Amino acid sequence: MANNSHTTDAAEAAHEAAIHDAEHSISDIITHHLTNLTSGEGFWHINIDSMIMSWLLGVSFLYLFWSVAKSVTIGVPSRMQNFVEIIFSFVNQNVKESFHGTNKIVAPMALTIFVWVFLWNLMDLVPVDLVPSILKLFGVEYFKIVPSTDVNSTMGLALGVIIAVIGAAIYTKGIGGYGKSLITHPFEAESTAMKAVLVLPNLLLNIVETLAKPLSLSLRLFGNLYAGELIFILISLLPLYLQWVLGVPWAIFHILVIVLQAFIFMILTIVYLSMATETHDDH
Amino acid sequence: MNINATLIGQMITFALFVWFTMKYVWPPILAAMEAREKEIADGLAAAEQGAQAQEKAEAEATALLREAKQQAAEIIQNAEKDANQKVEESVSTAKLAGERQLEKAQADIEREVASAKDGLRTQVSSLAAVGASRILGKEVDEKTHAKLLDDLISQL
Repeated sequence: MANNSHTTDAAEAAHEAAIHDAEHSISDIITHHLTNLTSGEGFWHINIDSMIMSWLLGVSFLYLFWSVAKSVTIGVPSRMQNFVEIIFSFVNQNVKESFHGTNKIVAPMALTIFVWVFLWNLMDLVPVDLVPSILKLFGVEYFKIVPSTDVNSTMGLALGVIIAVIGAAIYTKGIGGYGKSLITHPFEAESTAMKAVLVLPNLLLNIVETLAKPLSLSLRLFGNLYAGELIFILISLLPLYLQWVLGVPWAIFHILVIVLQAFIFMILTIVYLSMATETHDDH
Repeated sequence: MNINATLIGQMITFALFVWFTMKYVWPPILAAMEAREKEIADGLAAAEQGAQAQEKAEAEATALLREAKQQAAEIIQNAEKDANQKVEESVSTAKLAGERQLEKAQADIEREVASAKDGLRTQVSSLAAVGASRILGKEVDEKTHAKLLDDLISQL
């Protein structure tokens, strides 16, 4: 009796899977998973899923840290304070090692980037079909829960960083000093004539450098997480018994990627800010 | 993947989050951690100081103890010396006194003997005179034969 019903269930499942396959080819499923929930026209599209997830994760992180900061104690710390302090001192140590100025924005920015990007990336470990299939019940067609697989998120973050870098450079050197550093470095000359010749190459190189920074920052993060997510989606298309074989190692490996990418983003931000605030007179 | 206004949205979000962290999260936690660091450093320094003070006090106590022992030993030694001296003194005094008494007693005895001898002599002389007068039949005048008698006496 029991055996009989089991075979019936299996047959039904196979039948359903066949119908499913007919409706969605594999490439359809992948495309579906990689499409953002958007609204708007042309450039003024807003990826609602990225924004919602970013805010959700960012606000939870800020709320956690803020609640600890509010009740922070010098004496024996609570477990939550301990946890926050571990992350805090990790970031603080990295800032101290890489940034030698006294800019007040660097460390908070590094902390925000590290935790926020980490939480973005962490969403990659949520099973790929879980949130989209739940939201589908409520009529939401597309939902990407990993903000770092949206190039707009990573690019937005990187542009924020580069604005801070330029701002820090102007803040330390003044507008004139920053402008001067754009046309007198990296090629330096003694005579005025040579200096005049080198203005254009210097300016070009500096523009490329300034543009390359946010581009490399954002595409590194995006590429790593997008590829990781894609592989998770591919694994999810395998039969169930194979999903475990490949999914577990990939997820474990991805734990490293998640932290590493957040760390790289933070460290590079600190280094860029450090470079921007250092005067070139040292060398 | 197409660039759209999400970019701007994320930039604004990022700026807001950084501002919030900078204003409400970073300073209090940093202040608390630095204060704790200082407190621990102070505590360690105080402990170090306490250990040093204890060490010093112990050394002082040892030195005091040694000194006290030395003094006690000195006092005992002095007392022993004094006692010995006193005993010696009293012994010598006693000896001296005994000797003196002995001398005195001997002198007394000699004097007694001398006086007894004298007494005997005079008696002997008078007896001799009496004896002689008896023998001679006549009275021997002591005054006239005084020289004779004295010779006799001195021969006794």
